[in-house]
Amino acid sequence: MKNDLVLRVIGKLLIPFILLFALYVQFHGDFGPGGGFQAGVIIAAGIIFYALIHGVATTRRIVPDCLVETMLASGVLIYAGVGLAGLLFGGNYLDYFVLDPNPVLGQHRGIFWVEVGVATTVSGVMLKIYYMFASRSGSED
Amino acid sequence: MAIAVLTLLLTRNLFSVIVLSGIYSFLMATILVALDAVDVAMTEASVGAGISTVLLLGALSLCKSEEATPAHKPWLPLAVSLSVGALLVYGALGLPGFNDTAAPMHQNVVPRYMQNEVDVPNVVTAVLASFRGYDTLGETTVVFTAGAGLIALLRRRKKIEPVESGRKDDA
Repeated sequence: MKNDLVLRVIGKLLIPFILLFALYVQFHGDFGPGGGFQAGVIIAAGIIFYALIHGVATTRRIVPDCLVETMLASGVLIYAGVGLAGLLFGGNYLDYFVLDPNPVLGQHRGIFWVEVGVATTVSGVMLKIYYMFASRSGSED
Repeated sequence: MAIAVLTLLLTRNLFSVIVLSGIYSFLMATILVALDAVDVAMTEASVGAGISTVLLLGALSLCKSEEATPAHKPWLPLAVSLSVGALLVYGALGLPGFNDTAAPMHQNVVPRYMQNEVDVPNVVTAVLASFRGYDTLGETTVVFTAGAGLIALLRRRKKIEPVESGRKDDA
């Protein structure tokens, strides 16, 4: 589909907004609908959209496999790290109240990093699954 | 929605089955919006209609696009699914009504969640990330394990076909 002008132009117009919307869903999840899981999926969807237009090989140069696999693991580590941070500050595991002198701010900080972890893992897994399927079929590009 | 499901049952072309299941997911998402479950609706629209459609299309390019005729008649599975469905409907009839504030599930922890000591306007996020932090950690681990398992499974397949793996690594 590399030579389809309409797809290329639409993709170029839409993908930045898809990624921006993912960030909005991620960081506005405290106030509106959304959160880490949805944001991760939307990020992955944006990149998969790019891969559908430009082929998996091109996408792998931009978002390489090692980055995706690192995202896969580091998301869980961020989440578990927030829990450990709670322990270090003298609270229980995954206790956000101690993360800041102001307990409410501590909660916000904890939720923020937890959501970042979830989004990282989810988008990593989705991209990895897509890469796996696409590279096996070989007909995507 | 019923039309989508019926067509899904009758169609034998896998491509249209995938597209129809995407349509079904989007309709499901609109129902969830109507039920005020916007977070779930967003997940349904992005995962059910978006990612899984793309993944199924990717899987479709690996196999034939026509569904094979089954070797035996599907009466036993049909009976099992119908009876389980009837049981579920029967059980759902016993649930308290939608928006019933006196329902038992709104009496125990929900008042504490609603006091919102976390001070996050979206209660769903507060419950998922803070009150139920352990659950979400478990879910994230499940997602991670699924990804890791998939890598383990499909990587091994690649080594058996060395020619193809070499070509793909170059690309």
